[in-house]
Amino acid sequence: MSERAATRTGEFLPRLQLSPDHDLCPGCGEPLVLRLILELIEELGLAERAIGVVGIGCYTALAPLIDLDLIQALHGRAPSLATGAKRMRPEALLFTLQGDGDMVNEGLQEVIHTAARGESVTCILLNNGVFGETGGHMTATTVLGQRTKNTLEGRSAAQHGHPIRLCEMIAPLGGAHYVARGSVHDAANVSRTRRMLRRAFEAQLSGSGFSLVEVLTMCPTGWFVPTAKGPGYLDEVLGSVHRVGELKRDGTLIAR
Amino acid sequence: MRRLMEGSEAIADAALAAGCRFFAGYPMTPFTELLESFAAKLPALGGACLNAESEIEAIGMAWGAAATGARAATGSTGQGLALMQESLSELTRAELPLVVFNMARGQGDYFQATRGGGHGDYRLIVLAPIDVGEAVTLTQEAFHLADHWRNPVLVMGDYLLAHTQEAVAAHAYDFAPPPEKPWAADGTGGGRKSPRHVSSLGTTPGSKGIDPESFWRRIQAKHEAIATAEPRFEAESVEDAELLVVAFGSLARFARHAVRELRTEGLRVGYFRPITLWPFPSEALARAAAKVRRVAVLEQNAGQMIDDVRLAVLGAAPVVAIGGISTDSSGFGIGALLDPEGVRARIQGAAQ
Amino acid sequence: MSAVVSRGTVVIAAERCKGCELCVPACPPRVLLMSDTRNAIGARVPELLPGCTGCGACLLVCPDFCFEVYRYDVEALACAD
Repeated sequence: MSERAATRTGEFLPRLQLSPDHDLCPGCGEPLVLRLILELIEELGLAERAIGVVGIGCYTALAPLIDLDLIQALHGRAPSLATGAKRMRPEALLFTLQGDGDMVNEGLQEVIHTAARGESVTCILLNNGVFGETGGHMTATTVLGQRTKNTLEGRSAAQHGHPIRLCEMIAPLGGAHYVARGSVHDAANVSRTRRMLRRAFEAQLSGSGFSLVEVLTMCPTGWFVPTAKGPGYLDEVLGSVHRVGELKRDGTLIAR
Repeated sequence: MRRLMEGSEAIADAALAAGCRFFAGYPMTPFTELLESFAAKLPALGGACLNAESEIEAIGMAWGAAATGARAATGSTGQGLALMQESLSELTRAELPLVVFNMARGQGDYFQATRGGGHGDYRLIVLAPIDVGEAVTLTQEAFHLADHWRNPVLVMGDYLLAHTQEAVAAHAYDFAPPPEKPWAADGTGGGRKSPRHVSSLGTTPGSKGIDPESFWRRIQAKHEAIATAEPRFEAESVEDAELLVVAFGSLARFARHAVRELRTEGLRVGYFRPITLWPFPSEALARAAAKVRRVAVLEQNAGQMIDDVRLAVLGAAPVVAIGGISTDSSGFGIGALLDPEGVRARIQGAAQ
Repeated sequence: MSAVVSRGTVVIAAERCKGCELCVPACPPRVLLMSDTRNAIGARVPELLPGCTGCGACLLVCPDFCFEVYRYDVEALACAD
């Protein structure tokens, strides 16, 4: 085929990403969210006015790739660090990046109080229903029937209790302005998630209070499925319980 | 100008004069009034004071504030400090300047402060004021030391210090201005391939993986440098002493008073007070104890600082405990040991 | 011989592909297929068939930042065997 004039419409890396090189598993959904965050911050012109607070999980390994000021937090503690940082740098966009083990297990108190206080930060939850980094154990968001390292027969309510749906817990709080759950199992949902993240950042920038975007991400390793089956598993198993959509917008709950 | 001030208020004023603009805490006796003082005064200075949902979040908020380059502080009493240990360990390895106040219930938190209840190898600089006047000076010094060394500094107070009123001048002392903080993640560093990542993990922006070993060894070297540069102490009448009394904090005020009194009565007794509990002034104590017959340690606990005293004295003289657990019916540390006559009697007993 | 319109194309950084195959079902015109070519880490890598629309779906779903996407200024016709 002869050479044709073409316009590049998509680059390998967002401008704010220092390197593509990471050791997260094949088929992991977390890097997809990283791309969205970095593209949005660039689009909003906030590269020199943004601070990320990173929790502890597989995604922690993505932190060195990020060309933004970052603060590394302990497991579960990103919201409190983000609170202190935002109070001292109110002009900066503050976001947290946390997994479900981090935010909904260890740090549940932090995200609830940060939301209730209406801190102007955006908490971003990467929810794959397992503790990925430590090998795939159950978290608070693991759904009934889901097989994990310590629920090999499938999570049962009688033995392991019920999952927590975080967005549903946070949305009713008065200080929460924008709450949404997206997914990255296909391109359409990646785009939809991008819009949610943008609305969350805009809510923060308008001084309207707390925003939360939960993103369901694939973890084929933690789910014991081949990588190609990850998106389908996410949609069917996690997505049927942690339902995608906006739960709160402009401070008003959305009927679902 | 000097004003009669309660210790808690004087300490808060000193911190504000040093440029502290962020405080977070959780109410707990006898720390609560320090939190209240910051809450009353910070907003007018453009700062922020938050009541956190637990002590873990209090230090977390202060961590985030300090990471942006602000002068920040937090505090509690022993139990709350217990909750903060993981964060203190990580903060030290993230090389963050943070001032932490322990308004302790007695003196039973010496081990917690100097050995650290957190994980891994780390050291906090620990300052133990004797009275409100010194607390004002050491509080300001704490912010300077924290920034200079990029290390947390713990100010060890107690109920007596928090709630005693003394005449103090709470004006800004002539300390060096806060240093530039090019390492701070203040939000302005993105997009130029050289972001500021404030992390305890030993990461390098742009590179995969971590290198904890060389990172932690570098911090160990820093702590060794602090240990050489920063020990501080107060000593009186040690030159010809046969008995050396060692005490820290509020209780040392009683010891110092008793030693001065007993000296006028001809007793050859000396007094030694570590001002830095870490780095412990071991060399100075070893010199002071070189020719004494006995070392008596007066502390309000089951025996904690006495370990460091024994290590410093290294067998040059026997070391005996003349303090002990002593507290009030609420456990806040106002025990019968805090009595000038009683302390004098204990010292006299050790001289025999 | 039928003519397939390619309105766009991609450049694939195959050396860092981990062979997860997420790009294959994500591609709306289904012009990405896993080939038998393996890269240095042993992963099978995708190849592009004619018919790319330059939509960028592959770029959105690739965890390893392997795709660069182009739209042709003028449609390119390619013959499919």
